[in-house]
Amino acid sequence: MMNKADVAIVGGGIIGLFTAFWLAQRGERVVVLEKNYPGSGSTFRCGTGIRQQFGDDANIQMMVRSVEIWKDFCKYMEYPGPASECFTFAQTGYLFLLYSESEISEFSKNVSLQHKYGVPSSIISPEEAREIVPTLDISEVMAAAWNPTDGKASPFLAIRALVDRVRDMGGEIYVNTPVTELLIEKNTVTGVKTSRGEIKADMVLNATNAWANALNEQIGVRFPIEPYKHQAIVTEPFKAGEIKPMVISFKHGGAYLTQKANGGVIGGIALKYGPTWDISPTYEFLREVSRNFTRIIPALKYISIIRQWGGYYAETPDHNAILGKVKEVDGYYIAAGFSGHGFMLAPAVAEAMADLMTKGSTTLPLDFYDPYRFQRGELREQAIQMG
Amino acid sequence: MSDNPKEHIIICRCNGVTLKDIEDLIDEGITNIEEIKRQTHIGMGPCQGRTCIPMVASIIARKTGQRIEDIKIPATRIPVRPVSMGILVGDNDE
Repeated sequence: MMNKADVAIVGGGIIGLFTAFWLAQRGERVVVLEKNYPGSGSTFRCGTGIRQQFGDDANIQMMVRSVEIWKDFCKYMEYPGPASECFTFAQTGYLFLLYSESEISEFSKNVSLQHKYGVPSSIISPEEAREIVPTLDISEVMAAAWNPTDGKASPFLAIRALVDRVRDMGGEIYVNTPVTELLIEKNTVTGVKTSRGEIKADMVLNATNAWANALNEQIGVRFPIEPYKHQAIVTEPFKAGEIKPMVISFKHGGAYLTQKANGGVIGGIALKYGPTWDISPTYEFLREVSRNFTRIIPALKYISIIRQWGGYYAETPDHNAILGKVKEVDGYYIAAGFSGHGFMLAPAVAEAMADLMTKGSTTLPLDFYDPYRFQRGELREQAIQMG
Repeated sequence: MSDNPKEHIIICRCNGVTLKDIEDLIDEGITNIEEIKRQTHIGMGPCQGRTCIPMVASIIARKTGQRIEDIKIPATRIPVRPVSMGILVGDNDE
């Protein structure tokens, strides 16, 4: 086992592995410690959506950068075979269905803000929405917010590619290796203690999302991150391409749904439970998801649900992540509390964290996610929390 | 067509996963059935693993020298069988 690294990253999900990639690319010697297997915490349970349609400057900027990186993901991964076999970031768009004047005015404001950063979103008519998804029931739809450059991607393929790439670059990834303690000397982090022994490191990144406070307890720091159970379903496959974009309806229980490349529909609703560490599926969710999905696309009543699962949204009070330096101990950093947006934000968040850790600053708007904003009573505007 | 018969032995009919796919992962050191599921999508099709999971468990047991009863099986989740959304919302008048 590696006994000395420049950076030890705790948590082998999309955030930890993507940060390991950027750091390794800059010549840092990285080690990733994963208590189970890569992606097993929240990444493999996510809804797969990637969108720039947020309602605030920071999240839009981060997502614009993320989409740039997602588009070139295979190049960054130096995938040896044909790109079609590497990974597909399908830019199939996000379609927010709007049912009231107040929704239209809110989303019009968001669209103007998104234009400031070059996002090609627009407000379209119900008929235009139905051209994009012909099976939509538009009888009550008043308009839709549409961005064709949003999309979706497979978390399984993304994690697999990152694991291979980080290892190729000389980074080490240890699975089934929980970190039990931070090693600290004179208020400076010197490494981590794992189930397999100690690893010395100049910097430690806590990328354990819902579990982040477990490691912070040791230094008497607690950030407001709570685990909430969210669930998702997948249906039997049918003809691919019927529901290309991620379709969103706040009116229908905060529903999000899209069709995967294999033809199955994946999606969920906002119904959540918690804070809780229980992620067992509930019948209430199965019934409510069916009720809401069939109102958005009535033909879905003929389609069978084959699987339902739960996972955590590691929620903060303003649904924005906690990113930055942990001031109490030198060399200790945190990137956690993604509130359901970790997968889509990962490429840019990881790049910003790598900037911060190697250069001390970044051009990305990392300050927005300041870990100490809650302590100062500075809640951000709530992020649009959806798919 | 390949001469390797293991490429023609289908373990998961829903997602077309072969014996070779499973054995290759185990050879890479991925012996946790949960992780094999997420890498290959065994157990994630319409049968929800009722055909493939016992076979995959026995392949892992054979290749790693474990007893089959010691192989941890993925969680069984609702719905136990595929159920149409129409039935779930009580719209049963077809």
